[in-house]
Amino acid sequence: MRRTVAILLLIIVAVGISLSLAKIPFGTPKTKVGRHYIDEGIKETGAVNIVTSVVVNYRGFDTLGEVTVLFIAAMGLGAVLRAHAEGETRKTQPASLVLYTGCRLLFPLILVFGTYIFIHGHLTPGGGFQGGAIIASGFLLIYLGCRERRINQAASNLVESLGGLVFVIIGLLGLVSGSYFLSNFLPKGTANMLLSAGVIPIIYIAIGFKVGSELAGIIDNLIEES
Amino acid sequence: MSFLGNYIYYIGAFGLILIGLYIILVKHNLIKVIIGLGILDTGVNLFLISVGYITKGTAPIFSSPGIDSEYMVDPVPQALVLTAIVISVAVLALALSLAIRLYQHYGTLNLRKIREQRW
Repeated sequence: MRRTVAILLLIIVAVGISLSLAKIPFGTPKTKVGRHYIDEGIKETGAVNIVTSVVVNYRGFDTLGEVTVLFIAAMGLGAVLRAHAEGETRKTQPASLVLYTGCRLLFPLILVFGTYIFIHGHLTPGGGFQGGAIIASGFLLIYLGCRERRINQAASNLVESLGGLVFVIIGLLGLVSGSYFLSNFLPKGTANMLLSAGVIPIIYIAIGFKVGSELAGIIDNLIEES
Repeated sequence: MSFLGNYIYYIGAFGLILIGLYIILVKHNLIKVIIGLGILDTGVNLFLISVGYITKGTAPIFSSPGIDSEYMVDPVPQALVLTAIVISVAVLALALSLAIRLYQHYGTLNLRKIREQRW
């Protein structure tokens, strides 16, 4: 019964979606705004990675909301899992020597790579979110290999709060400098240089730290529980 | 054949969305429902990316000066999908934590059995 109703519903949805999809041609340019970003993006923001200039500069407010959603989800996860998590510490079997040594060897390299990804967010594919996810995967490796280790919750919370604070303060400085919230008030520099694109690298570094510590905190909460 | 060649990404995204919806509607295990949510997310992301694709497209990054910008794909859907991926990670993490709590409270992940109990 349930299955037939579900399949009927799916058929209705499928017909609706396919009727509208048939109207959308594939592989042709569709929006003028995307064209404008590609043509004028470097001049207006100084970032050669146009996706980054859209995420951080043109739609910076959107990204601030996104960071807020991630923060609220991490906080909700902590609140749900921490409710009665006191008491027993679970027994862990230590990892094998190969895994232990490999994790300790790889961890700093993963941190360096994540940092590279978010510092070069305005030049190469990547950015704060991706770099933060890579850093969090390094912490996940530590949890697999060195099972006794825990991240310092206070330090993680501090880094996370500082990252969010830097983002908002940069936005407010744009307001103070005479234009709008999150405007790019620093000099743009020459394109394709590390120190270019005004506030974009600063915001992405803040986002990188914030996302990395947030995802590491999520992993920490989930591992503590399991 | 050219139909398939032209619309293969749409068909893939469409299939992923329908598979995800089917799992969410039919399955009883909460973990499977969450996996269905993940597949649905992936389908929607693939659809948004393929709407912004341009034939013979390249990434919208001017990695060296004087690069040809004619075939660069639309950057706006890519930025939106970047947002959507982060949001879906947050949603999945929150859903998994709620699943852990539900399992500890009811001793089962079967949604049918949970529904039969009084809340």
